[in-house]
Amino acid sequence: MLSYIIKRVGQSVLVLLITGLVAFSMFTFVGDPIDNMLGQERTQADIDRLREQLGLDQPFVVQYYRFLEQAVQGNFGISYRQGRPVGEILLERAPATLELALVSGIFAILAGIALGVFTAIRRDGIAANVIMSVSLIGVSLPTFLIGILLIYLFSVELGWLPSFGRGDVVDVGGWSTGFLTASGLKALILPSITLGLYQMTLIMRLVRSEMLEVLRQDYIRFALARGLSNRVINFRHALKNTMVPVITVIGLQLGSIIAFAIITETVFQWPGVGLLFINAIQFVDIPVMAAYLMLISVMFVAINLIVDILYAFIDPRLRVAA
Amino acid sequence: MRRFLDSDLFYSFRTSPVAVVSFIVAALLVLSAVFAPLVAPTNPFDPASLNLMNGFTAPMAPNDFTGESFFMGTDDQGRDVFSTILYGMRISLFVGFAAVLFAMVLGIFLGLLSGYVGGWTETIIMRAADVQLTFPSILVAMLIFGVAKGITPVEYRDQMAIWVLILAIGLSDWVQFARVVRGATLVEKSKDYVAAARLIGRSPLTIMLRHIMPNVLSPVLVIATISLALAIIAEATLSFLGVGAPPTQPSLGTLIRIGQGFLFSGEWWILLFPAATLLMLALSVNLLGDWLRDALNPRLK
Repeated sequence: MLSYIIKRVGQSVLVLLITGLVAFSMFTFVGDPIDNMLGQERTQADIDRLREQLGLDQPFVVQYYRFLEQAVQGNFGISYRQGRPVGEILLERAPATLELALVSGIFAILAGIALGVFTAIRRDGIAANVIMSVSLIGVSLPTFLIGILLIYLFSVELGWLPSFGRGDVVDVGGWSTGFLTASGLKALILPSITLGLYQMTLIMRLVRSEMLEVLRQDYIRFALARGLSNRVINFRHALKNTMVPVITVIGLQLGSIIAFAIITETVFQWPGVGLLFINAIQFVDIPVMAAYLMLISVMFVAINLIVDILYAFIDPRLRVAA
Repeated sequence: MRRFLDSDLFYSFRTSPVAVVSFIVAALLVLSAVFAPLVAPTNPFDPASLNLMNGFTAPMAPNDFTGESFFMGTDDQGRDVFSTILYGMRISLFVGFAAVLFAMVLGIFLGLLSGYVGGWTETIIMRAADVQLTFPSILVAMLIFGVAKGITPVEYRDQMAIWVLILAIGLSDWVQFARVVRGATLVEKSKDYVAAARLIGRSPLTIMLRHIMPNVLSPVLVIATISLALAIIAEATLSFLGVGAPPTQPSLGTLIRIGQGFLFSGEWWILLFPAATLLMLALSVNLLGDWLRDALNPRLK
């Protein structure tokens, strides 16, 4: 068990080193920082001096090591576009993305499980079939179209909800939250649905198929024979046993929610990290791109690692194979 | 032809209404995109054919100033929306097909190589695939696009955007192909015909490309169809986000991006028609892919 965990942690560190290398290469090969920092009137002496100052005359490996050292401390350099430290910008933008991801995650889990159970229990009902067909279209619909559709319906036609931004935010100890004002909460609704819809469909379909599988088992029939009510059987016995694979998928989808927030944030002009990243790509703001890459890879690698280790605890066969 | 009409595949196609309808829709869309210069009433990229007075004409209604009428209306610059959709779909489909082709060639080659050669080659290729699979492919495509944009000189960026897009989407999608091909190659490698080819002294490259490859292609076809739908959506998403096809060569995604700007001012047709076209295209290709997967692999049903 321990050796398995050590091996997996080692692999994760390797992946992070590789993505770090990619991020670092972006600095080295895309554009010349000297060009960016010195003006038109420069002498070869200026260039050499700055090169030495920035440590660019050092071997590649030494530079890479320095980059990692800085990155671990949260120092990703200065944004070419905004002229401020990237770490500071990211910290400022993070609450918006995290709140959006949190709300849409909760929406996806609650609605997904509820609809999954419903469509499994009323398998032949009209409502269940309609939900299943709509979910099929929902999967093929690109996220940004869903967002535009919701904006058209609820902002343009009905005028109920705002179509962009976070509304009024309150600053609580450096964390700007939209949870405390009415307009902030209202602004969260459409983006969260847009972002969570795909994950919701995924969870719903998974819960449904797992439920159908479980409902066929003998112990369910036995519970029925004991005269337990449908409610107790469906929720206490059946749903509980479908949760293991569902929790895995939820864990793995956590990362995608933050990654796909890029699209939702652009549609709704939500001032989060994703919008920052898209703007960075448009203006070739390398430090921001590199920092975002590092941040997202740490997150994804951590999630994968945790899921794998949890698996090893649950399924002993994996330990032997490792 | 006779043999094809009698085959199981064609039978399963004929008896599946979903497959027939989505094939017809997809074929119509592809054909009208390919023959866009013949089908489209105007060439939206020819400034001489544009009349600014025609701007914001509603669909099927005569323009207030010129009296001209357009099937799907016009955008702010008086371009016929129907024509821009046809030309935009051309770019969407071209990027989609080219990206999938690129991913397919790369994936098949790397899959064959890692399956047949094994050893360190296999470890490196499959590890790289694992690392890439950790991230959503749209994110990978965005990063590649961003880096490539940084490398190309400013004056070529708009011209190169389409090619960069193909490269980015293709590179983000090769893993699926490589994994499947590697698996199939491992199975084929131990068969007698491979041993025979080796005995008569054929080079490893010939064995891989001439002997093994034809036998591992059928699952590749299914993945390619499903990838095509995903690539079209990925292209539309990137272009919509403003990191894809430039406004000078608009794809469906770029058109939707432009159309979104007019959502609040009431010119719904500039947005609705490109969006509906994209939806039809993605849905029909997706359904075709699903059907093909079931038809070629009855066990999966």
